[in-house]
Amino acid sequence: MLTVGALTRLHISVSFELNDGECIALQGPSGAGKSLLLRAIADLDPNEGAIKLDGTLREAVPAPLWRKQVTYVAAEPGWWADTVQEHFAGWNDAIPLVARLGLSPDCGTWQIQRLSTGEKQRLGLARALMLQSRVLLLDEPTAALDATSTAIVESIVAERISNGTGVIWSTHDSAQAQRVGSRLFVMDAGGCIEEHQL
Amino acid sequence: MTYIQLAYSDLILPACLVVMDGALSLVLHLKLERQLAIATVRMVVQLVLVGYVLTFLFAAVSPFWTALAAFIMVIFASREIMVRQKRRLRGLWTYGLGAGCTLLAAGTVTMFSLLTQLHPEPWYHPRYALPLLGMILGNTMTGISLGLDVLTNGLVRERAAVEACLALGGTRYQALLPVLRDALRSGFMPTINGMAAIGLVSLPGMMTGQILAGVEPIDAVKYQLLIMFLIAGGTGLGTLAAVMGGGRLLTDHRHRLRLDRIASDPPG
Repeated sequence: MLTVGALTRLHISVSFELNDGECIALQGPSGAGKSLLLRAIADLDPNEGAIKLDGTLREAVPAPLWRKQVTYVAAEPGWWADTVQEHFAGWNDAIPLVARLGLSPDCGTWQIQRLSTGEKQRLGLARALMLQSRVLLLDEPTAALDATSTAIVESIVAERISNGTGVIWSTHDSAQAQRVGSRLFVMDAGGCIEEHQL
Repeated sequence: MTYIQLAYSDLILPACLVVMDGALSLVLHLKLERQLAIATVRMVVQLVLVGYVLTFLFAAVSPFWTALAAFIMVIFASREIMVRQKRRLRGLWTYGLGAGCTLLAAGTVTMFSLLTQLHPEPWYHPRYALPLLGMILGNTMTGISLGLDVLTNGLVRERAAVEACLALGGTRYQALLPVLRDALRSGFMPTINGMAAIGLVSLPGMMTGQILAGVEPIDAVKYQLLIMFLIAGGTGLGTLAAVMGGGRLLTDHRHRLRLDRIASDPPG
């Protein structure tokens, strides 16, 4: 589904393929370039390489459309409006997912300022999941969550994977990498990626 | 129309007021006396020089000299815009954006007023063209520099929010919109405040000058209103062009935020 061919961004140079319904767990020390790699695939930073989705080159697709298909979810999501619901295209449709993530169904009117780090991280993920993207690029999506919320997020993403979504999941937690990944990529400090056995 | 002419000797006594400021600075240890002295000398030299230059230009009534003077004014304005930025664009755009937008806005509005309202003969007569351009330029410059400053600082501060919108498939225009609005508001605000306060809090310099030169107050008011409308138009046009142009330069064709196009070194 997603082909990353000779992607080059700063010190990173990688090639790999991600299939339908597959999750690649991505590990590596801080500063290795995991976020840079995910951002480059989403085309959020200038980079070079032949990145294709279902054989179509990324450059042949308008960038906003590409990112709706190949969606990057930052570890610390950003917010451009005052309330939660303003960040969703259809808030009512998102309520069941938001509730499943352990948040109040009434949180749509909450001010972003009053949200905890964990609430922000879950809402950031919910907002991206609502796009129904073909590929999710998750950058430490449970870094600010407790064990219960982490389990819920893993279960929701697992459902998406079983429905054919491809996922690259960056994590520092080896146990989580084992749980969520069908393949494991380890990035070293020099930006090189090696595939390891799970 | 009569006015009381001043000789240079008439300025000696008022200049003592600046000396008084210097003495205050010395007594109160404000350490402003050096700056005050430099600013005073600069003001005197610059104004006297401009007086002679304008005298020459008014006598020559040449399209070349008028255009050259206007060009130099725009260059100084764009330099001033650049100096006022906390974060500058890299490369040629450091000057280019400010200069281009200033020229576009102030030039268009000045031409508009010369050709449709004042009808001087010839239309480029420096007695009308240069003072008009100067007044419009000064205000346009303030709007553009404020707008660009808020734009660049806002994009750096709101980077996570802008990139979140882009990552979810927003276009660069959608992602930048909150910051663009803030920048445009900041650029327009001094002009709006100035228009609201004029006549109540302060009498504008041009109108006061005309009244002192013997013009009837109502005629001076008409001129001032014309100038204020032109300033509002020039500031709006210039700020809009600079902020939208800045937003476009700080993103690229793949709808990516390009903060690497802001120079990292702060102005000295």
